[in-house]
Amino acid sequence: MAQITLIEAVTQALAYEMAHDDSVVVLGEDVGVNGGVFRATQGLQEKFGPLRVLDTPLDETTIGGVTVGLAAAGMKPVAEAQFEGFIYPMMEQIACHAARMRNRTRGRLTVPAVWRAPWGGGIRAPEHHSEANEHLFTNIPGLRVVMPSSPARAYGLLLAAIRDPDPVMFFEPKRIYRQYKEEVPDDGEALPLDVCFVLRDGTDVTIVTWGAQVKEALEAADALAEEGISAEVIDVATLTPLDFDTIAESVQKTGRCVILHEAPKTAGFGAEIAARIAEECIYDLLAPVERVTGWDTHIPLFRLEMKYLPSAERVVEAAKRTLAAS
Amino acid sequence: MSIAAKFEIEYLQYLDAEGKQVRDDLPAFTKDLDHMVELYKLMMSTRVFDAKSVALQRTGKLGTYASCLGHEASHVGIGSAMKPEDVLAVSYREYGAQLYRGVQPREVYMYWGGDERGNDYQNEPARHDFAWSVPIATQCLHAAGTALAFKIRNEKRVAVCTIGDGGSSKGDFYGAINIAGAQNLPMVAVIVNNQWAISVPRKIQSGAPTLAQKGIAAGLYCIQVDGNDIIAVRKAMEDALERARNGEGGSVLELVTYRLSDHTTADDARRYRGEQEVKDAWAKEPMKRLRNWLVAKKVWDDAKEEAWKAECDEWMDNEVNAYLQTKTQPVTAMFDYTFAEVPADLAKQRDLALSLDKKAH
Repeated sequence: MAQITLIEAVTQALAYEMAHDDSVVVLGEDVGVNGGVFRATQGLQEKFGPLRVLDTPLDETTIGGVTVGLAAAGMKPVAEAQFEGFIYPMMEQIACHAARMRNRTRGRLTVPAVWRAPWGGGIRAPEHHSEANEHLFTNIPGLRVVMPSSPARAYGLLLAAIRDPDPVMFFEPKRIYRQYKEEVPDDGEALPLDVCFVLRDGTDVTIVTWGAQVKEALEAADALAEEGISAEVIDVATLTPLDFDTIAESVQKTGRCVILHEAPKTAGFGAEIAARIAEECIYDLLAPVERVTGWDTHIPLFRLEMKYLPSAERVVEAAKRTLAAS
Repeated sequence: MSIAAKFEIEYLQYLDAEGKQVRDDLPAFTKDLDHMVELYKLMMSTRVFDAKSVALQRTGKLGTYASCLGHEASHVGIGSAMKPEDVLAVSYREYGAQLYRGVQPREVYMYWGGDERGNDYQNEPARHDFAWSVPIATQCLHAAGTALAFKIRNEKRVAVCTIGDGGSSKGDFYGAINIAGAQNLPMVAVIVNNQWAISVPRKIQSGAPTLAQKGIAAGLYCIQVDGNDIIAVRKAMEDALERARNGEGGSVLELVTYRLSDHTTADDARRYRGEQEVKDAWAKEPMKRLRNWLVAKKVWDDAKEEAWKAECDEWMDNEVNAYLQTKTQPVTAMFDYTFAEVPADLAKQRDLALSLDKKAH
């Protein structure tokens, strides 16, 4: 079986679902002949034709609204925002229509659509190509916000997102698009959208993260292990609706929690998790919750961007602080 | 001098303000006088419905309501030209078109009366139409997406969107007609130009002499129509729908009419427009000319008018009663349609809301 990268897993999931469900269509800028600027849709237009893999006019508002129309008319569109920083013109259609069509019509019309977007920094890209803004979507009711962190989870979660009867934001951490390969059977098996994944068991401290930062979280857990500290690593994967039970169970066990994310700290999704821990697990805590995040600044142009992105070292230090506190 | 491209916009009108024919080549459907009477009757019932809605709002039985007074020819013309299998994406004022497609007055009352079930249209073909779309012009892209679905599935159906003169300023409208042209989509965009976007007049929306010509840049067929002449509206719609159905491309229609009412019941148009302008607009309103035409054809008279008015009143009274007897949804309703199934995390909030609600009673 072939070993594939995260982005190849995205392509594999799209191809599988398009081959098995005629209502699945892909649309966006450069998704056709060019196969997407990151090659996520490579080869799909050749296989499924220019109508099911549609190059749209260069207008994100159009992509956002046409996706709503396609889905309400019985298709399962997978729209691509070329970069997370270009998704803003689509947000009115996502927030005002996709996420509330079922509610508005008491279930008469629904929007089973997926919006994919290469997400986050760390690839030395120009301005507006490195945004981490998942928290702008996690506050929208009726929307699922999903972020894979490995080839296998990219494949399984994307299949689940396309099959889900409600709209899903699918943010792909582009920094780890080609970070490593793993075997991903093309078996059409979806992963659940209502659970967090415990990637590493531990007893002393819980590290909660998602997307590209799973890499730093696992590196930090390795470094902590060398010092005899056992860290549990949780990949949230589906931010909303949140599976808080898995996080709570871990925090109840370890008594310590470090939340790690790339987006700015203030009102980032880590704030929600910290608040939930405070509400539901405060008596289990042996130390204050730590947040390791991007700064409350715009992500800088690329000469400084690695000083913006949270490092494994910062996670190690934060974990040690929680241990020093108790 | 060499010309790269040249364009013109046709203006279509059959009946003048008094109901006199301004041209002899009336479209074929006008020969069916029973049907013409039906159209007049629906325009009338739309007007009765509208007056009833405003009265309901004024007596505190409805929230804010957007009146359609003066738009009857435009709206009924749109709705009656469409086939059942077509899809309509409206803004929030096109009741005449929607009533034709089976939306019930009680559903309109429910929506403006604060109940989402008003959007759950029970009757076909409205059942597969879009619900009211408040964010301006966003529905144009829903029509474009629906038209794209028809094209992908090779279905001979057309998606129709309606917007106002103000709505035609928005990027969503331009985006929708642009992709309709680029992909040759079966879509008809109808600009119901009623001269006013709340307090902002038509001339502030665009420097273009017609709004119809916006479609030229998108490669669509464009026409300006007397929106108070239902024969013209119906003819322009039929032509546009047929072209779209035959794969000949989309259209932009500009229906020139006038908003005789305030923008909504929360608005006071006297703040920004003069009495004379409204008086002049009343002289061109759409009911009179069709009535005069039908009377001249001897298929309509005062007795019929009164009888139908009485029937409309009775119909609307029934609808109002049905609306007023509608029980408020349970508190759980706001949770139950957020997703196909209530997620576990949301179920906890649902339980809490339910227990608070029980405590309050």
